[in-house]
Amino acid sequence: MTALGKLLRTTAFQLTLVYLVVFALFAAFLLGYFAFNTRRLINEQIVGIVDAELQLLQVQYNQAGVRRLVGIVDVRSRRPGSSLYLVTTPTGEGLAGNVGSLEPGILESEGWVETAYRRLEEPESAEHNALVRVSRLPGGIRILVGRDLDERERMFHIVTLAGRWSVAIVIVLGVIGGVFVSRRVLKRVDAMTGTAQTIMAGDLSGRLSVIGSGDEFDRLALNLNGMLERIESLMRGLKEVTDNIAHDLKTPLTRLRNRCEAALRAANTETNYRRVLEETIEESDGLIRTFDALLMIARAESGEVREGMAEFDVADVARDVSELYEPLAEDKGLTLEVQAKQHAAVKGNRELVSQALANLVDNAIKYAAPAAKEPSGAVNGERCGILVKADAEQDRVVLTVSDRGPGIPQGDRSRVLDRFVRLEQSRSLPGSGLGLSLVSAVARLHGGELKLEDNAPGLRACISLPRVAMPPQQAA
Amino acid sequence: MRLLIIEDDRDAADYLVKAFREVGHVADHAADGEEGLALALDGGYDVLIVDRMLPKLDGLAVIGRLRAKHVTTPALILSALGAVDDRVRGLRAGGDDYLPKPYSFSELLARVEVLARRLVGRGEETQYRVADLELDRLSHRVVRGKEEILLQPREFRLLEYLMKHAGQVVTRTMLLENVWDYHFDPQTNVIDVHISRLRSKIDKGFAQPLLHTVRGAGYMIRDGAR
Repeated sequence: MTALGKLLRTTAFQLTLVYLVVFALFAAFLLGYFAFNTRRLINEQIVGIVDAELQLLQVQYNQAGVRRLVGIVDVRSRRPGSSLYLVTTPTGEGLAGNVGSLEPGILESEGWVETAYRRLEEPESAEHNALVRVSRLPGGIRILVGRDLDERERMFHIVTLAGRWSVAIVIVLGVIGGVFVSRRVLKRVDAMTGTAQTIMAGDLSGRLSVIGSGDEFDRLALNLNGMLERIESLMRGLKEVTDNIAHDLKTPLTRLRNRCEAALRAANTETNYRRVLEETIEESDGLIRTFDALLMIARAESGEVREGMAEFDVADVARDVSELYEPLAEDKGLTLEVQAKQHAAVKGNRELVSQALANLVDNAIKYAAPAAKEPSGAVNGERCGILVKADAEQDRVVLTVSDRGPGIPQGDRSRVLDRFVRLEQSRSLPGSGLGLSLVSAVARLHGGELKLEDNAPGLRACISLPRVAMPPQQAA
Repeated sequence: MRLLIIEDDRDAADYLVKAFREVGHVADHAADGEEGLALALDGGYDVLIVDRMLPKLDGLAVIGRLRAKHVTTPALILSALGAVDDRVRGLRAGGDDYLPKPYSFSELLARVEVLARRLVGRGEETQYRVADLELDRLSHRVVRGKEEILLQPREFRLLEYLMKHAGQVVTRTMLLENVWDYHFDPQTNVIDVHISRLRSKIDKGFAQPLLHTVRGAGYMIRDGAR
């Protein structure tokens, strides 16, 4: 597209054009109305003067006869000006006046008429227009009084000329203004388009420039920048997940592959094959679990599940999850105590919050169990207990899982929330390194957070979520 | 049992057909939604296994049209979309069960057998009985032989579900879904511990064990004498 074509296609220019057309039509109408009225006014004036003169002449004729009339008309005819007079006999011979010729038939009928005429002393070619009134006097004498219309035409001409010029000037100025405004708009839009193109080309860090005038372009740029910010952070998250998946799923996949290869090479009995196949299935199940956990985290982080959120009681969740894990804890020589008496409503996804709490309890059992088996830990039953608590505070609901296991050193507490992070001392225990990442993602999805604290000794994990005030009828 | 597998992935379908035949069932295969719908309308199947994403006609649409024509053959939906809301959508469309991919065959088999049995309408009974074990759903009483067994509410529901499907394999996931209403997979196998507790209550001290572990699949309550 040429620069001009681009300019002509801008909304600003097209809007200017529309305004211009409307404005020009309006101006033309106004000037037309003005011209028409001027003309009417002049006509009225002529009619008034002619009527007065004719009346005067009639009176003179009635009082003093034709001779007096001819005398007055003769005198008046010689005065300079635009007045026209003609007095004729009933047969049409001129008695007095300054009119040389008229259109034929004018004198035959009485009344007002517009006609072309020539003055007595003028050459053949000079024709003018006049508004005349013909009247028949008693005795058959005809009299014509009129006025030249040149003055009126000149006036009308001047007004229409002025009108045309002003419309032309309006159009020229309008087009220039339109081009000026459109170019300014186009410049900003072009700048935005340019930035957008670099972003599309792959540079997600580009941002639209904001002038600071607070106009609609600034507002648009600010909003688009906000959108880009969000897209960039989502993309970063996605890239991180992909990198992690690539890195951490490759290890078990390689193990899987190597085991099958080794079996093909070395296993010779059916028992051996069977054993390898069983191990392979086990390993694949682990992979699937890891994959599910990753997808779940990704879904929680993208906020995709936000639509299906409903209100539920966190105390219920605490009781249910504890009930699910209590036999397992007991099996491992631990006690599991629940403190969830108070009703604590949260708006969210019950399934996800349950899973998050289950992960914390699962972890607590997993890490506290070995400590419970040590003679020093088993001395006091209370020391080995796991406590699951749901507390309703002013505007928060806090789910706490405390254990008496080894805990997590201060420096590692934020790191363990990352995906696939497993601390040195826990590598021997089963796990994917995704449990706490999921808990943290679920907490953030609900507008809350996961905090890991020192339980001296042990670990205290708190999920705090925004509380919802329950309607009175459900509070009971 | 006659099964119809509506699945566009040829390998997966072949594997399923073969696996079902091996355990003694008859399985037909339809490769797209329209063919599947036509076959299912002809009737004669005990359970439909429907993939969610199908060419020509989507899996949920197939089930929707069957239900609109009052064909009530139980349908199990297979889907790579495993999240809770997808499951809800599938069940709302008229599916009877939902299994996310990847699944194990034993899990699928257990669910299909439960679905097929649902036809018989055993779920409406007020009393379940396996050998000398009796469970009364109204009074919540469990008796083995002459002895009354006291169970926690959750243990009762666990036993109730197992006895409702007596003689059938019930997987851990099925128990989590139906007894606890959880659709996630706990990292540790908590179900095993609940089962062993239940077992110690109903089988301990009796010569004939009723609650069996099915290796690689799940659990089953069955009268061993039969």
